[in-house]
Parts: sequence; structure tokens; C-alpha cells
Amino acid sequence: MSDRYIIELNSITKTYEDNGFTAVEDFNLKVKQGEFVTFLGPSGCGKTTTLRMIAGFELPSSGQILLDGQDIAQFPPNKRPINTVFQRYALFPHMNIYDNIAFGLKLKKMKPELIKKKVSHVLEMVDLEGFEKRKVSTLSGGQQQRIAIARALVNEPKILLLDEPLGALDLKMRKEMQLELKNMHAKLGITFIYVTHDQEEALTMSDKIVVMNNGRTQQIGTPEDIYNEPKNAFVADFIGQSNIFKGIMTGHLKARFAGGEFECMDDVPEGTLVDVVVRPEDVIITKPEDGIITGKVTSVIFKGIHYEIAVESGKYEMVIQSIKSAKVGDTIGMSLEPEGIHIMIAEDHTTRFEAEIGDDLNLVYSDRTIPCDVTKVFPGSRIKDGELFDASGEKIDTSEIKVLVSIQPGDIQLSDDVEAGLTSGKIINLIYKGDHYSYVVRTIHGHDLIVDDEYLWNMDDTVGLVMPEDKMTFSIKK
Amino acid sequence: MKKTFARKYLGIPYAIFLVLFVIAPLLVLFYYAFTNATGHFTVENLIGFFTDSNTIGTLLYSLALALVVTLVCLLIAYPIAYVLARSKFNSKSVVIMLFVMPMWINFTLRLTALKEILTAIEGNLAFHPFINTVIGMTYDFLPFMILPLYNTISKLDGSLLEAARDLGAGEIQVFLKVTLPLSMPGIVSGTAMVFLPAMTNYVVPDMLYNSTYIMGSLIGSYFSAYDWHNGSMIALVLLLIIVLFTLLTGSEEEEKRGGALL
Amino acid sequence: MKKIAGPIIVVLGLIFVYAPILILAVYSFTDATTIGAIRGFSLSNYITLFTTPELGSMIWGTVALALVSSVLATILGTVGAIGSFYSDKRIGKTFGAANQIPVVNADVVTAFSLCILLVVVLGVSKDTFIPLIIGHVVLSAPFVYLSVMPKLKQMDSSLYEAALDLGASPAQALAKIIIPQIFSGIVSGFAMAITLSLDDYFIATYTKPATFDTISTYVVNATRGSHTEIKTALWGLSTVIFLIVLAVAISMNLYRGKVKSEERSDA
Repeated sequence: MSDRYIIELNSITKTYEDNGFTAVEDFNLKVKQGEFVTFLGPSGCGKTTTLRMIAGFELPSSGQILLDGQDIAQFPPNKRPINTVFQRYALFPHMNIYDNIAFGLKLKKMKPELIKKKVSHVLEMVDLEGFEKRKVSTLSGGQQQRIAIARALVNEPKILLLDEPLGALDLKMRKEMQLELKNMHAKLGITFIYVTHDQEEALTMSDKIVVMNNGRTQQIGTPEDIYNEPKNAFVADFIGQSNIFKGIMTGHLKARFAGGEFECMDDVPEGTLVDVVVRPEDVIITKPEDGIITGKVTSVIFKGIHYEIAVESGKYEMVIQSIKSAKVGDTIGMSLEPEGIHIMIAEDHTTRFEAEIGDDLNLVYSDRTIPCDVTKVFPGSRIKDGELFDASGEKIDTSEIKVLVSIQPGDIQLSDDVEAGLTSGKIINLIYKGDHYSYVVRTIHGHDLIVDDEYLWNMDDTVGLVMPEDKMTFSIKK
Repeated sequence: MKKTFARKYLGIPYAIFLVLFVIAPLLVLFYYAFTNATGHFTVENLIGFFTDSNTIGTLLYSLALALVVTLVCLLIAYPIAYVLARSKFNSKSVVIMLFVMPMWINFTLRLTALKEILTAIEGNLAFHPFINTVIGMTYDFLPFMILPLYNTISKLDGSLLEAARDLGAGEIQVFLKVTLPLSMPGIVSGTAMVFLPAMTNYVVPDMLYNSTYIMGSLIGSYFSAYDWHNGSMIALVLLLIIVLFTLLTGSEEEEKRGGALL
Repeated sequence: MKKIAGPIIVVLGLIFVYAPILILAVYSFTDATTIGAIRGFSLSNYITLFTTPELGSMIWGTVALALVSSVLATILGTVGAIGSFYSDKRIGKTFGAANQIPVVNADVVTAFSLCILLVVVLGVSKDTFIPLIIGHVVLSAPFVYLSVMPKLKQMDSSLYEAALDLGASPAQALAKIIIPQIFSGIVSGFAMAITLSLDDYFIATYTKPATFDTISTYVVNATRGSHTEIKTALWGLSTVIFLIVLAVAISMNLYRGKVKSEERSDA
């Protein structure tokens, strides 16, 4: 690996013109020559779109893609020294193996003898010597996979892109290919950019992982960084198993969460609201009197190399992985080493939206009325004869004024009845945070907002969003 | 995915062709149907069509003929398609091919053959004009009914029939309550492919000495008389019937109409 | 009882379809002028068929027309299908609907409307063959489109991208990847176009030059006339065409069987 950056993506954004959907937003990445970089995230997170923009199958709406310092963002795919291994291999069914692999070289008008040499060399590399004359349909999935890799590598690309290449293989084959790809990468020294939704695959193979969600980068780092120091609740939840709690810093290197006060290693100012991640294997089971918190064991599952123990502690739930077993119903103590606590500064999840003042002096948002007292919005104002007057008795012209309404995630209620609330939306993400679930709801107006609710709803549920007036705070938008 | 490359522009030549030679002729037809020889707007042709007992008679005769031909085709084609689709005979595709093969022989030559046979049997064709026309059209259009029926019935899930039997239905009940309703798509597309040609293919009655006009013959006679305006009105009425028919049978079936022939 | 009923129905159907053609074929080898009379063996019908210049030019004219119009229809229908498939959904749907018009429309109406537009309104002379060729392309291009479209839908969309990725220009990817992938659809579309053109009567009647005849228009006119020699020569033509069709069908079946067994031995 050298220190030179072979490819740089600078604030890449992809918005589809036909439906206005933003698949990737402000994506930044620098990749060193010879690095193995993996884009990791759930389906629809934008990882494949980003890969396709590097390959040239899609053009970014804005931003730069610098390959060796040259901006190739608007180049067609055939003008880029980059090759792709496709998810379903995309071998040409009407050509034999030789013609598939030689396809790119023939287009470059290379001498036939040289092509022959290169093809047999690359077939040797993927352990399929002598397969030149075979038809694509006679090959197994694993063999097709190798041919797809060979076909890309024979062109000696500066970067090899792999779009979930192992997705169609069975588990055993997948493990084998993971190792083989890793060896191939080490031997060739070519930069690999790999897309997967499988966190284990990403952790095993990569030098650098880019975790993505909803079109945005969540974290970029080495597998160790990502696992041990997740930057936010999403990364912690997506990579490995974790317990996530809401908490607050109570002093220097001290945090309070899950019903106890713990010492930690992250220097965050006192009073800061935080999300705390605790990996199940980092929880230490103690005697009840020695634990910082105590709880009752609710389930024990034997997992082969460890036990997975669920413990209820007050209103919180903790999952523990331990080589020691416990009995359901027992009360146990739990403690944590400072290294086992990962503190993330909680993002501000306040929902804000603009409302107008209606004719009857109520607030109106997207044709629905918020039955609240407008006098609360204007301190000292009063209503007389259906008109609003300010503290000095002057009439306020309400038609031009917009009111900014804010409400906290915990104050929004979810309802089965989509008509029940001010608006409705679809649950697009959920994370369990110890004593409640944190949902991301995409409203019918296309806004994403965070709602905390103690009950479990399902992904893709359509829910009404009920926002009680007394939990709202108002300010006038200038 | 947003198409960045020019593949979609390949459609332009054919799009222009369709506009010029498919859509424009229909617009011209519309224009001619509502103008007279001096180029002035008129509804005379329209009124003429619906008040002339000859044209109305032709319309009714065509509809009756098409209905009978469709029914006869269906009654012959359904048992054949059913037997072939449900049999375990290995070379079914060969038999189907045998039924399709005559479509590759020019239909006027096949009609000549039929005409000679009918003449040998009946002596003089003029005595049974309607029946001969029905036989001729059935002979001509039968493959168009067999193919969609065969395709639909052979794709029918056999376990449904077993389920019906398992639930206590007898052979006849299974046929009436399961097989027949499920072969409706085939019946519909077969009907679409037989009914309209039966109203318009005037070569069949012509060659079999049936002097009664069908809708197609009306167009033919106005064409011979260079009467574009009245001819257009007849064509327009036929178009209307086709549109109604297409709406009734559902546009999905129409895709199969091309597919069934391939 | 039930076991025999099925085959009997099928055999009766086949008899209905084939009896006229076969009986006519037998009589074409006699000097009979009507079916029924028992007469001696004769090749006079075939001698007339192959030596009468009028019949020869009519047959070759029909074949030439079928080839020219089918090549045009295949090119137009194929590029049309590719363009439509890769266009936005709405454009693709409009395309499909317009393509469907000649398919559902009665041939008489298509023929009559084309005749009015080209001959009456635009004044194109029928003697130029342009209205006739356009007419046959209108008749068959939609079926080429319909037979190519499913092949495009079946094709793995990443094949095209893979070709670009390996350095092919869009035109090269089209020629080396897309066309070979949809080739079977193009071939069956072409065969369909040939069949439609050879079978057509109405388009030809309304758009052909007065002095030119296709098999269909010729046969219809001949049955109106009383020229017995020509009438029985057409029996010979019917038999020859039947034998050609039979030969094509058999070789197609053999070819398909061969491809299948090859696939089996490969796997």
C-alpha cells in the first residue's frame, strides 16, 4: 500500500431527476493505492449507487471523482480504467470462457498471441486452467464467479469494483472465496472497492470500511475502529450485537446510563446527552452486591462458544455474552470496564416544522389544524373578536407569519390510525436503545424524523404521527 | 437507473414510422369520414350508415356471422386444445405444429382447396352460402383459436384439479368449476383473434360464392367506386367495434395475440 | 372409451385441416378439372405452373415483396423495441400502444386508411411499389417488435454494463452483446414477417400497382375467372407450397431436437 491516493470522491451527490430521490448525499472518500475498501450498509443505503458512479454506470448530480488527480465523474464506463465484478457475474452467455475473458483485450486491438497468453495466465490465477473452450452455462456458480473476476483482472484495471460478488454463493463457498479474494488482493496490489451488506464479510476482508445508511456516510475507518469505536448508534447497531442506551455525562469521565453510573474513557463535557454502546461480550457478571447495576435473568441461550443471557434491570434490558451460564430468574450484578463503554454524543433529534396561522387563529400544517392557543406563540398577546392583538394592543397580521414548531422524539406518539395525527409516514429504520426503540419515520411529505417509542413497530409500517400540543414549543419564524 | 447512453434514441425511426403510417392514416380516415367530396364537414356519411337498411343489414349479418364462426371455432378448438394440453403424449409439440402449419400456406390457396372439396360434396355452393362461409372461416381461423387455448390450458396448475377432486368434485364439476373458468384468458384471446377477422375478411364469402356483404366487403365496394368518404365511415365504424372489443377483452390479452403466433 | 375419445377428437381435427390440402395435392397430379372425377396421372399442372411467365412473375414478385418488406420490418421493429425498452416507462408504454394498433386492427381498415393517406392525400403512385412495401412493413413490423421485446426483458441488464465496463462503446456493446442476446427473437420476428407478407391479401389489393399481383390477389382473381388451366395449375402451386412448408417444419423440429440433446450432453 502506498501513501498516494488513487481515487478521491469529493462531495458526491446523486439525486434522480425523475422522482427527486437522493440516493447518495455528500459522499467523501480518499482511497490509497492498493487499499481494500468496503462499502457496508443495509439495502438501499446508497452503497451500490456509489460503486456504480465510480464505474460510470451512473453519473453523479454533483461532486468530483478524481482518479490519479483527473476528474472522471462524467466519463462513460468504457473510458475508465476501472473494471467491475457484477453481482450475478454478467458473463456473456453466447460466448465461451475464452471469448468472455478476451472481450476487453480484443476491443483494445491487442495481438491474438498476447491475448492468448494473458487469458491462460489469468485463468491459472483463478485456478481454472484449461477452461477456455467451456460454455458459460456448464460452470457452477463458484466457477462463474472466478471467471467474472478473471475477466475483469485481465484488463489490469487501476481499481477493481466488486458489487456483492459472493451474494449468490452458498455459505461454505462464500467463506472460501473471501479468503481467496483477500489473497488475490495481497498478491496483485490492485485497489479493491467492495460492496456488501454482510458485516462479517466486511470486517474479515477490508483495510477500510465505509458504513453507509440512507445515502449518507456514517463512519469511515478500519474494521477495528468501526467495531470498537462506533461513531453513532446506527453503526453500533449494524456492526455486531450491542446494547445501546441513552445517557448523560455526570462528571469527568463519568456517565450515567442503564440505571447506574459508570466510569468511561471518553472525555465528554459534563451534562452532555449521550448514546452509550456496550458490546454484549464486555459486560461482566458479578455477584448482585458487587455489580454497579443488578437485574433479573430473563433468558439464557447456549450458542456453542458462549451463553447469550438477557437481563432485565429496571426498565432497561441488557444482553450479555458470557462463557459462564446463569439461571433464569436469578438476580445478578453487572459491571463494566471503562474500555467496554463507548460514548457517542447524542445527535439533536428535535423535529421542527413550519406551520401557518389559520383564519380561526389556529395553527395549520398541511391542511390539518393544530388546536392550540396562539396567544402562547406571541407572549402577552390576546384574542379579541377573533383578532389577535399584541402586548401593546396592536393588531397582528397573522397571514404573513410562519410559526416554527419543535417537538422532542419522545413526545411524538405512533398510532395505527394514519389519520390520527398531524401527519403520517413509514418506518424506515429502528434501533433498540435499552428501554425504548428509536425510529426513523419518513413522512408523506418526504421528511425523516426521529420518534422514540417503547413499543415495537415493524419496518415499513405506516403509522400516524400524533404530536400533543402541550409538548410542542413554538417560535416565530422571521 | 438513468440512461446516460443513446440506446433509447434507437426508437426514433420506428416512432416516426408509427406516427406517419399508423397514426396519421387513422386521422385521415377520421377526416374523410366527416367530409364530403367538396371537402366540407358533414355528418351525412354517419347518418347515411345508420339509416340505410342495407348497411345496417350488413352490420347485423357480419355480427351474426362472426358470432357463429367464433362459437363453432371454440366448440371445435376447445376439445382439441384440452386433450392435447392434458395428455402425457411425448410429441405434443409436433401435433400442435401440425395444427399451426397450415397458417404458413397462403390462405387463398387453402380456401381454393376447401372450395373444390365443398363443390364436390354439395354440387353447387350457391345453395348454402351462410353455412359455407362459416365452414370456410372456421377452416381459416381454427389455428388462431387452438393456440391460445392450448397455451392457457397447458399452463393450468394440475394440483388445482387434484384439489377440486380431493374436495369432492366429480369430473364434470371439476371441468365446469375449475378448468373452464381458468381457461377464460385463452377463450378471450382466441375470440379476439377470430371475431374481428370474421367480420372483415370478405375474401372467404367471395370465394365461396356468398353474395351477401359483410363489413369488409362494404369497404371493398366503396374502394372500387373511389368513394373514400363513405368507405372511411365504414372503416371508422369497424374501428369503433375493434376499440370496444379491445376494451372488453382487456389490453393484456392483446400482447399475447402476437405472442401466440410466434 | 375415454382413452380413445381424446385421440379421436384430435385426429378428426387434423383430418378437417388437412383433407382439402391433401386431396387437392392428389388431384394436382391428374388431368382432372374438378375434384371427384377419377382421371389419369398427369404432370400437366406442374408444366403449366413452371412454364407460364405470368405465374412465374407473380410467384417471384410475391417472394421478393416478402423479403424486402420483412427485412425493413425486422430492422425497424428491432431498433424500435430496443429504443422503447430503454426509454422512460411512459414513452415505452405509448410506444407499445401505438405498436398494438396494426396488430388489433382489421387488415381491411389498415389497408384502406393507408391507401387514402398515401395515394389519395399524398398522391404517391401505386406503380412505385412504395405504398405496397410500406403497407407490408406496417403489417409485420409490430410483430417483430412483439417478438423481440420479451427477449429484451429476459436479458440480464448487467450484460450491457459489463460490456461497457470492459471497454466497449455503446455501439459495440449493442452489436456484440444485445443483438446476439435477442437474436432468436429477431429471427422469429423475421419469419413472422415473411409469413404475414406471403399470406396478405388486403394490403396488396388496396396498395399494389394494377399490373402487379401477389399470390393472394392472383388466386382470388383466378377463381372469379373461368380459366381452367390456370385454376388447376394453382392446385400444383398449393401442393408445392405445402411440401416446402412441410420440409421447413421437419427440419426445424430436427434442429430443435439436436440443440436440446446438445444442451443435455453439455450439462
